[in-house]
This record gives sequence, C-alpha cells and structure tokens, in this order.
Amino acid sequence: MKRLFEGVPAHGLVLLALFAAALVVAPFLVSNYILSVLIIVLYFAYIGQAWNLMLGFAGLLSLGHALFVGIGAYSSAALFIHFGIPPVIGVFAAIALSVLMGCLIGYLGFRFSIHGVYFALLTIAFAEFTLIMVDHTRWLGSTEGFFLPVSNRSSVDLINLRGTPVMFYYVILTMTALALALCRWLLNSKLGYYWQAIREDQQAAEASGVHLFKYKMIAVAISSGLTGIAGVFYAFYYNNLFPDATFGTNRSIEMILGTIVGGVGTLFGPIIGAFILTPLGEMLTGLTEGFRIDGIKQFFWGLCVALIVLFRPSGVWPWIASLLKLDRKPEDRSSGDRS
Amino acid sequence: MTSSASLSVRGISKSFSGLKAVENVTFDVVPGSIQALIGPNGAGKTTIFNMIAGVFRPDTGDVFLDGQSLKGKRPDQICRAGVGRTFQIVRPFNDLTVAENVAVGALTWTDDVKEARDYARTVLGLLGLDDKRDARPTGITLPDRKCLEVARALATKPKILLLDEVMAGLRPTETDRMVDVFRKLNHDTGLTILLIEHVMRAVMALSAHIVVVNYGKVIAEGKPEVVTRNPDVLACYLGAEAVH
Repeated sequence: MKRLFEGVPAHGLVLLALFAAALVVAPFLVSNYILSVLIIVLYFAYIGQAWNLMLGFAGLLSLGHALFVGIGAYSSAALFIHFGIPPVIGVFAAIALSVLMGCLIGYLGFRFSIHGVYFALLTIAFAEFTLIMVDHTRWLGSTEGFFLPVSNRSSVDLINLRGTPVMFYYVILTMTALALALCRWLLNSKLGYYWQAIREDQQAAEASGVHLFKYKMIAVAISSGLTGIAGVFYAFYYNNLFPDATFGTNRSIEMILGTIVGGVGTLFGPIIGAFILTPLGEMLTGLTEGFRIDGIKQFFWGLCVALIVLFRPSGVWPWIASLLKLDRKPEDRSSGDRS
Repeated sequence: MTSSASLSVRGISKSFSGLKAVENVTFDVVPGSIQALIGPNGAGKTTIFNMIAGVFRPDTGDVFLDGQSLKGKRPDQICRAGVGRTFQIVRPFNDLTVAENVAVGALTWTDDVKEARDYARTVLGLLGLDDKRDARPTGITLPDRKCLEVARALATKPKILLLDEVMAGLRPTETDRMVDVFRKLNHDTGLTILLIEHVMRAVMALSAHIVVVNYGKVIAEGKPEVVTRNPDVLACYLGAEAVH
C-alpha cells in the first residue's frame, strides 16, 4: 500500500484524496441524472485504463476492445439467464473467456509478426466475426437481443448485481479505483519496464533480454481480462444486450477516445478523458435539443474532440499535470512514478 | 561482476536475396580478451554481429558461446546467455529516463525493480553518466547516448560484450575516455569484448587481436601490428598512409 503512493508529491496525494472523497460522497449530493452520467464516466474510465495498458504501456494498438466487453457481458448474462449462476461467479467465466480470446488474437498476431495497424485490423476482425456469430446464436438472443430479468431495483443484491443505481455507482467506482491501482503497480514493476521497452524499440528490448512474445501476451491477457470484467458490469447495469451495440467497431472507438483525449500511456489520462467526453456529450445533447437538426450534436461533439486533440496532441492530462505541478521533476523521478 | 567467456564463430554465412553478405566466416574470441572486427563499409561486420546476437539466423555455420551452440536461439535468450550488444545506430528507449533504460538491462537477472535501478546507477557511474540519470535520451548528447547504449548492455551482466562502432562520432578525448572504461572493465572483471570499429586510435589502443573482413570474408587476422602491415588490409581498408 505504501509503495503504491511512493513518489507522488504531497499535494498530489491531497488532490487525489479530495477527488476520491468527492466521488465517494457524490451519490448523496447529486441528482439521479447526474449519477447516471457519473456511472457512464467511470465505466469509460475503467475500460480506458484496461485498453491503455495495451497501447499506452506496451504499444499494442487494439481497435476491437468491444469484443472483450461483449464476451464478458454475454457470458455472464448467459450463465445468469440459463443457469441462474450469479455474476459474482460468472465474472470468472467472463475473465477466462476474454483472456482466452485475447491470447488467441495475441498468439496469431505475435507468432506471425503482425505489427501496428495490422494488429489493430486483426482485433477488429475478431470483434466483427464474434458479432456475426452472436447475431446467429439463438441461445444468446441473436439479433433480437438478450435480456436480463429486471427485478426490484430498490434492494441491494451484490451477489446477483441487482440493485439501485447507487449500488452500481459504487461497484464501478471500486472497479475504477482498483484498475488505477493495479495499472500503477504494474507500470512500476518489471512488467511495466519491459512493456515500455517494447513500446519504445522492440529490437533494442529483445537485445536487452526481453522475451517479446511472452511480455506482449501478458499485456493482452491482462487488458482483455480487465475489459471482460467491464462487460459483466455492462450486462447487469443495462440489462439488455444487442450484438451490434455490444461488439460494433463504433463501440470500440467510443471506449478508446477518452483515453486518447486524456493522454495515452498516462495513468490519469483515461480518467480525465472520460470526465471530459461523457459530460461533453451530455451537455451538447441539452444545448442542441432546440435546434431540431439531425446530427448537430454529433457535429459539435466531433468538433470539440478534434479541437482538444489539435491543441493537446499528447492528451489533456500531461498538460493538467504540469499546470498542477504533478509531472515529475527530474529529481523526483527516482521512484519511477508516472502519475 | 562478470566472468569471461569464449566465443567461437564457425563458418557462418548469410545471403540477402542472393547477395552474399557474409561468407564462411570463422574466428575465435579468447576469454578475457579484447578483440576487434574491422573492415570497409559494407564488409558484413554488423551482419556478423547480428548473427552472433541472434537477430539473423546464419544460413550455414554456427556460433558457440563457451562451447554451447547458439543455434536457433532468440536474441533475448542469447542476451541472457551472456552476450551483451550495442547498436551501431543508437536505439535508446526514448520515453524512459537514462536510469530506466539501463534498469531494463539489469532486469534480465533480477525481478526487483529497485535492485535493477540501483545497479543501473552503478553502471552509469562507471561510464560517467550518473549525473544524466534522470534525463531523457533525447536530451543528452550523442556521445552520452553511445555511453547509454553501452551501459544498457553492461547492465545485463554480460560475459562478452559486442560493441558496434561505439566510438564513431566521438571526439578524441571522448574516445580516450571510452577506451579507458573498456580497458578498466576488461581488466577488473575479465569481460570479453568484441568491437567493430573504424576509429583505429581505439582499435590499436584496445585490441590484442584483430579480424579483418572484406566482401563478407575474413582476409586477415592476427596481432594489430601485423594486421596493419598486411598489404591486402592496406589496399582495401586502411590505405598506405596508415603504415606510419
């Protein structure tokens, strides 16, 4: 626990504590609508963190991460609907299947030296054909959708993940906090050093004793497993699953935009990005309602994203971090933190 | 810190789409020695290095480290077996600090990041780079980046170090500093060194044995004072003025 915060400047810890405290008390202060927005924000922050582990840490671009959300969502939902197995157990199946799929993609990609955008194409291909497969699987509801029984939402049942939005809020908040802690720990471990070496220069990494295949596979396995957990949350929060809306490439893009805007390769980028993009979308919905022009919201949303990326090409977080003096000064680097 | 190892290169060849880059090259590196591999540009020196380090698989022949064949081993396995190497064109991990770059090398023998970082500082101190440890490789001079390349290779605790033109682009005083470092390493730890080098000042100062390649073949080999008087070597590489 102590090592986790090692090297974070004191005022950074204070800010982090304030931010965490604000999130913990938020359900008591905000309206139901804001709470639902916060749940989506944290959901994207969590997924962004998982995806960032691959691209930001190890330099592996996945454009099909919706695949792992879908696998997690459908597997846990199927176990619940068909066999009555609660998500607390189903989540392990979700993780196992996501990791298995991730490792299959990784094996094909790394065994046959498929690099960069071509690896990204492979991830898209797997997401697309899983989509088609689910489309045609009656057992999973096919195109008509897969529905979880909506029960009384006033009680809290963590085992079956049935309950009020406040419960879901605390579940996703805990998940996001744990993912952040895990990523920070990983980044400062041998794995993190090796991943970054691979990201920066594969040949030099290999010459320095890094087994490329092994460490890339580990990155994919952890990232896909974490994303699979998000799928379980997705299924039990929304209660309905449609193949297109779960596995679609637009879903994969949506879940990585926040991290790109926030700062790829940073620990807080995914969080900041989610806190910018989701509320921005919600705000624009409100602002553009009166215009009655189709697509006007998407137009302004796209414009905002383009402007952010144009002016902060390495992400918003590195800029905020330097404003708050949280970026490590050269002499602070000894602990190797990357907050 | 290290133990020395012998390296035997036995009849290795490599062709790139019909072009014979290296042809039936055989030589030995004696444990604890410093040896140089010289020759004109395009002679195949770096290709030989890449075959030793496992980047290229030789078409024929084999390389032995302390009598163990390195055939079919991946570069990371060869690194762990005790062969450290630098790249002719420096390849630092640009987004990591100098110390972190070197720590990556040290993680071959420890899983403890702190231990790796501590060892990185020791190596950086040895190469006079300790004050730059928190800089990024993009923010230091080329000679320093060359040193960093050496430091990262040294951090893997190699038994034999392959240096690919680490003196190129260095000023004479910097070359002398590097030469001193290698001599000290070799003397203190028995580290075996094989260097590709064009800077004859360094080659003559360091090596006890020189292998000369041209057009992918070994054309001469022996003690520096003998090799540098060999008419073939003079004709293809050193030029007549080198005799003086």
